[in-house]
Amino acid sequence: MGKNLFQKVWDDHVVGRLDNGQYQVFMALHLIHEVTSPQAFGMLKDKHLKVAYPKRTFATVDHIIPTDDQSRPLADDMAEQMIQVLSDATTEHGIEFFAPESGSQGIVHVVGPELGLTQPGMTICCGDSHTSTHGAFGCIALGIGTSQVRDVLASQTLAMDPLKVRRIRVEGKLSKGVTAKDVILHIIRILGVNGGVGYAYEYAGSVIDNMTMEERMTVCNMSIEGGARCGYINPDETTFEFLKGRERVPSGAAFDAAVEKWRSYASDADANYDDEVVIAAADIRPTVTWGITPGQAISIEESTPNPETSPDKALVTDALRYMQLEPDTPIKGTHIDVAFIGSCTNGRLSDFKAVAEVIKGKQVASGVRAIAVPGSEKVDKDARALGLDKVFEAAGFEWRKPGCSMCLAMNPDKLVGDEVCASSSNRNFIGRQGSSTGRTILMSPIMVAAAAVKGEVADAREVFGL
Amino acid sequence: MTGQTINRVGGKGVYVKGNDIDTDRIIPARFLKCVTFDELGPALFFDERFTSDGKSKGHVLDAPEHKGAAVLLSDDNFGCGSSREHAPQAIKKFGFEAVIAGSFAEIFHGNCTTLGIPCVVMQRADREKLGELLAEDPERDVVIDIEALKVTCANTSFDVTMKESAREAFLHATYDPLDTLMRQMDAINATAERLGYA
Repeated sequence: MGKNLFQKVWDDHVVGRLDNGQYQVFMALHLIHEVTSPQAFGMLKDKHLKVAYPKRTFATVDHIIPTDDQSRPLADDMAEQMIQVLSDATTEHGIEFFAPESGSQGIVHVVGPELGLTQPGMTICCGDSHTSTHGAFGCIALGIGTSQVRDVLASQTLAMDPLKVRRIRVEGKLSKGVTAKDVILHIIRILGVNGGVGYAYEYAGSVIDNMTMEERMTVCNMSIEGGARCGYINPDETTFEFLKGRERVPSGAAFDAAVEKWRSYASDADANYDDEVVIAAADIRPTVTWGITPGQAISIEESTPNPETSPDKALVTDALRYMQLEPDTPIKGTHIDVAFIGSCTNGRLSDFKAVAEVIKGKQVASGVRAIAVPGSEKVDKDARALGLDKVFEAAGFEWRKPGCSMCLAMNPDKLVGDEVCASSSNRNFIGRQGSSTGRTILMSPIMVAAAAVKGEVADAREVFGL
Repeated sequence: MTGQTINRVGGKGVYVKGNDIDTDRIIPARFLKCVTFDELGPALFFDERFTSDGKSKGHVLDAPEHKGAAVLLSDDNFGCGSSREHAPQAIKKFGFEAVIAGSFAEIFHGNCTTLGIPCVVMQRADREKLGELLAEDPERDVVIDIEALKVTCANTSFDVTMKESAREAFLHATYDPLDTLMRQMDAINATAERLGYA
């Protein structure tokens, strides 16, 4: 019996077994940012500890950085202090810091892959749950808490329980207007927001095989929304082609050698899995959320559920009440106030390219505040080089500077009152976008564009004639 | 040894009902603007407890009879979402010493364990029964016995489960793993060397 990728990468990186039965696992790459890491440096200081492997940790700022005026000092004193603490700590410990306006700043899960820091077969961690994004390259990529950030800084290792592996095969061909975002929203809808607890998700099947790396990142990004500890995709020619020529990837003969090594991490044909789920691509439609968890999703053709016929009546009732939606009502046509395209889920060049293609010559509906926020300085630069910023602006979007922006409202980009946001981000939790009554409807970037143009939740296939 | 052995924890309990209570609800993101965790206690469930102009919504955590509760009871998939350790830090600093739920999201569970907050899993029917006992008399103690995997309240005993590695770590005071990890520096360096990461 062969091994799956999780088992291979795990076995490679295990340092030893701990007395409580957990394993000590070496982390090949550690990414840090200003929200969950400054406190870890404080903990190191309290214990008089040094960073064990400073060259394996990289820092950037994303969560709190404003997307309009990034000039220092930031208008928000506490945000400025958080950046400063991180910046000082990286200097003190010899950690590379991708500061704003360095050309490499951005959302940590956009920056790692675009620089080529993220490579197949690695164990990767970061004090951010969407670290699962990096699994797209065939990595065990884990979101961790601040005490664990401390553990990794001090020892480059984590104490971990092993995971089971569920292979999710998405087979067939996606129909027009159905994107990677719809695939992952559909998967979470089917398997539930806690269906993945105890598991690593291996995404496979012809649909995944045919995806670009950026699409694969969108899928892996939301593994955590399905409760999985991480999610990954086996590295293949698409992966190697993406990595070739990137700044932190070896070149020439060293690249060829790296590819051979990377290839060896892919799951064996006869690998064992703890569970397997097959999803038919033909069943996947453009998908949107109606409630307060990413699993509360329906296709654009469906209606909101009725609590009386739902398995969790209390949750459905609460969610409908919070969203101010009626049961048994088509989701299409739901009024929106804000349209947000960006985040570590859908803030990459291909996301903006896809939207630019369809909004050319269209206008954002009056009364809708629409913002496009590139995931990194590089995405911004590349998009501008293609003139995408102008296409967005001509359609009535604001084109902003890179950051997490309205995904989590730790910066000035927030909903006001009970505004409804059509959002390409990853969480529709109560209050997630910065207002305790704000409402989020998750969807793909082109569906956000369709909603922006119509002023209501709409079917991108109809709006754009796809 | 990184702390005290944790075997029995308990005190008054309070039931915050609902499945899929995420870490944004446990602590809204704006409270993450801080460089230490010291001040997070009052921020716990803030937007569930207070209106935007600071008035109490009458949340169960603010009911006078639940003041000083040490055991937080909730339902399935508690702590889902963000990896923010601010969530268990706020729970701890609010005064809770343990959480009982139907199930836990994994990053949250790991963060709680490291901070010495036992997370134990209780079946739904038992949570309902325990909730009734607490509703009858909020002064009743809820006691979690980690070694025996039992929760008792008002002479009623409930079986609970717990991740075995966490249980071991509480019983042997190794739930904060840093010292344990640091003792293996030679093996860590050898692994880095072997993998070409040195």
